[in-house]
Amino acid sequence: MLSRTADNLYWLSRYVERAEYLARILDATQRLSALPLAYVGASNEWESAVLTAGCANGFFKLYDEANEENVTDYLAFSTANSSSIRSCFEAARHNARAVRTALTMEMWDAINGTWLELKRYGNGPTSREEMSRFLRWVQESSLRFDGSAYRTMLRNDAYWFSRLGVYMERADNTARILDVKYHLLLPDNERVGGPLDYFQWAAILRSVSALTAYHWVYRDSLKPWLVADLLILKDELPRSLSSCYEAIVRNLDSISGSYGRQGPAQRQARGLRTRLQNSKMDGIFQRGLHEFISEFITENNRLGGAITEQFLL
Amino acid sequence: MAAAFDEMKGHDGDETRPAYAELARWLAEVPPDVLDYRRREAELIFRRIGITFAVYGEADSTERLIPFDVIPRIMAASEWKLLEKGLTQRVNALNMFIKDVYGAREIIKAGIIPEDLVFRNPAFRPEMSGQRVPHDIYVHIAGIDIIRVDAETFYVLEDNARTPSGVSYMLENREIMMRLFPELFSRHRIAPVENYPDELLRSLKSVAPLTTTKEPNVVLLTPGVFNSAYYEHSFLADKLGVELVEGRDLFVKDEIVYMRTTQGPQRVDVIYRRVDDDFIDPLAFRPDSILGVPGLMSAYTAGNVTLANAVGTGIADDKAVYSFMPAIVKFYLGEEPLLKNVPTWRCREEEHLKYVLDHLPELVVKEVHGSGGYGMLIGPTASKVAIEQFRAKLKSDPTNFIAQPTLALSTSPTCVEEGVAPRHVDLRPFVLSGRNGVKIVPGGLTRVALKKGSLVVNSSQGGGTKDTWVLDS
Repeated sequence: MLSRTADNLYWLSRYVERAEYLARILDATQRLSALPLAYVGASNEWESAVLTAGCANGFFKLYDEANEENVTDYLAFSTANSSSIRSCFEAARHNARAVRTALTMEMWDAINGTWLELKRYGNGPTSREEMSRFLRWVQESSLRFDGSAYRTMLRNDAYWFSRLGVYMERADNTARILDVKYHLLLPDNERVGGPLDYFQWAAILRSVSALTAYHWVYRDSLKPWLVADLLILKDELPRSLSSCYEAIVRNLDSISGSYGRQGPAQRQARGLRTRLQNSKMDGIFQRGLHEFISEFITENNRLGGAITEQFLL
Repeated sequence: MAAAFDEMKGHDGDETRPAYAELARWLAEVPPDVLDYRRREAELIFRRIGITFAVYGEADSTERLIPFDVIPRIMAASEWKLLEKGLTQRVNALNMFIKDVYGAREIIKAGIIPEDLVFRNPAFRPEMSGQRVPHDIYVHIAGIDIIRVDAETFYVLEDNARTPSGVSYMLENREIMMRLFPELFSRHRIAPVENYPDELLRSLKSVAPLTTTKEPNVVLLTPGVFNSAYYEHSFLADKLGVELVEGRDLFVKDEIVYMRTTQGPQRVDVIYRRVDDDFIDPLAFRPDSILGVPGLMSAYTAGNVTLANAVGTGIADDKAVYSFMPAIVKFYLGEEPLLKNVPTWRCREEEHLKYVLDHLPELVVKEVHGSGGYGMLIGPTASKVAIEQFRAKLKSDPTNFIAQPTLALSTSPTCVEEGVAPRHVDLRPFVLSGRNGVKIVPGGLTRVALKKGSLVVNSSQGGGTKDTWVLDS
């Protein structure tokens, strides 16, 4: 297939996945900030949301203060932010148009329908109720797109590249949450189990839609090291780093299988996957959670570069 | 201007012509709100599928729908046969003319076409002189605009021999009609158009470079998402099952064209290009073009890739050359033209110009290279000021214009605000030429001027489209 087509499919999936992630962050932040101060402490949740979304630089160029109004606008509706939910959906639809022929009718319908619907929200909801409807709608749109890709696409390179986009973006997002919030997850945190952090942990889990999953996996109350374990090492959780890498390796293998040759991208992905498989939380904590995550983010970006280099140019 | 011929009711309006009999009965039965409801449904479907086009010069409307009229335009089998013969003849002559212009130039030597009309024509490509193309086919896809003035008379209004568009509407309009009005289809026998993409692909493969040994690799070259016809490009690529490429997806090495794929470079044999000559190769033509492929012309002239349509076909659809078409048909085929030309005054000729200047209020004046209904004067509906302004323009550069009488385009029943009313229509059939001759799917794109009395059917000027039915006898 054309490199440009593969590139468009890959990014199309990434944009949709990113939009969903942003909606989850906003949703989780809204909940946290609605709690009485006594439960969450004096930290600025909205600033933290901007950090987890990875767009603090752009945000503080426009605003002095991170509050609900500014952050919601910047992360959801701003056209100045190339990674806002709106920009993501617009970019996704632009990419979809450019590769119409590689999409199934259902996928096109999902993304085009989302884009048409987006216009109805104008410059953003005017009330909290409307906002939460909007956030739910964003997540549903992403589910619909993802579901139509999964259910209707031929299992060929077009499909594998689009999956690759989903998992690369997902790994990046989960790693970013961990990067911003790692200090809350350290086992030697002095306020372990304190009420202040409990809601933070819940918010982290909610951002990756893993709150219910946590209870099913551990059958235990929220413990920060288990939250870290779930998000980093548990294959069962679809948004864990480990699970994302399982999928990345699988899709790269499918591509190289059908092309009949391997390349640097496969080797790098497999290396990282093996490292995750051989890791234990104890060891990660001992060598430093933050160092581990920073390193992962660097490696994940390197893999992104390798995929681009090998297939998309 | 005499009253227009109505395709359903004829000249006087008191009879129903046989091809429309069933439709007329159905229209009498169906409640008006049903038509209106289906019309809105059609619009919704079009919007969802994303069949849009862009209007240049309108900042805020990068994507618009072409209005779709739910009442079909119907032709009898005998009428279509007449057209089909005429179109085949005309396109054969076009191909022979282009071959001659870039080859032996017999028609110029014979004094039938003035030399400067060819050589000083901006659409003439000196690069093509002496250049042969596979099977001498230059115009692989032609869109011939036809208008009708009475039961027997069809005129060719315009030949489009470069990159004619609109065929996706022909196909989608049919699909949507079958979805919305199954009962109408069960009451008629309508010749299908859905095989057009297959015919097109066969035609394109048949003109692959003579050196191609394997199954030819065909691609469709688009200027990209921002082009007004982008939807059509992606639609066709999908139906043809070929890659939709942009200039940056292709590169030329050692006079061979390759596309960049996830598995490395892959050779390209036939390019169905929807990019104009000017933009196709920055090394050969406009150096500022970012839509083209550097070196493409070198691969083309080396005979390693086929471009459809060929480079330089614009010489044949120039409106001044158009006026010579009857002579061109006679010269190459020794036959009388089956399709008439609209009488045309060439303003480059002094006597013609004088006539045109004296009769501006009754004429349509067009730019020789214009298209899409831009930059033309429609005398009968223009204001005095507009006519005077145009007169000045015309006088300052007469060679750039031709003039034609205002013809009473036929009308066809159309769904408008006040109900069903006659509106003026034209027809663009798509004519394919390949190694095995000419192929035309029965039908084409009917464009309709939705404004009452308007004769301008171009989508950029508020025209709409209809499904076109050719009845099976």
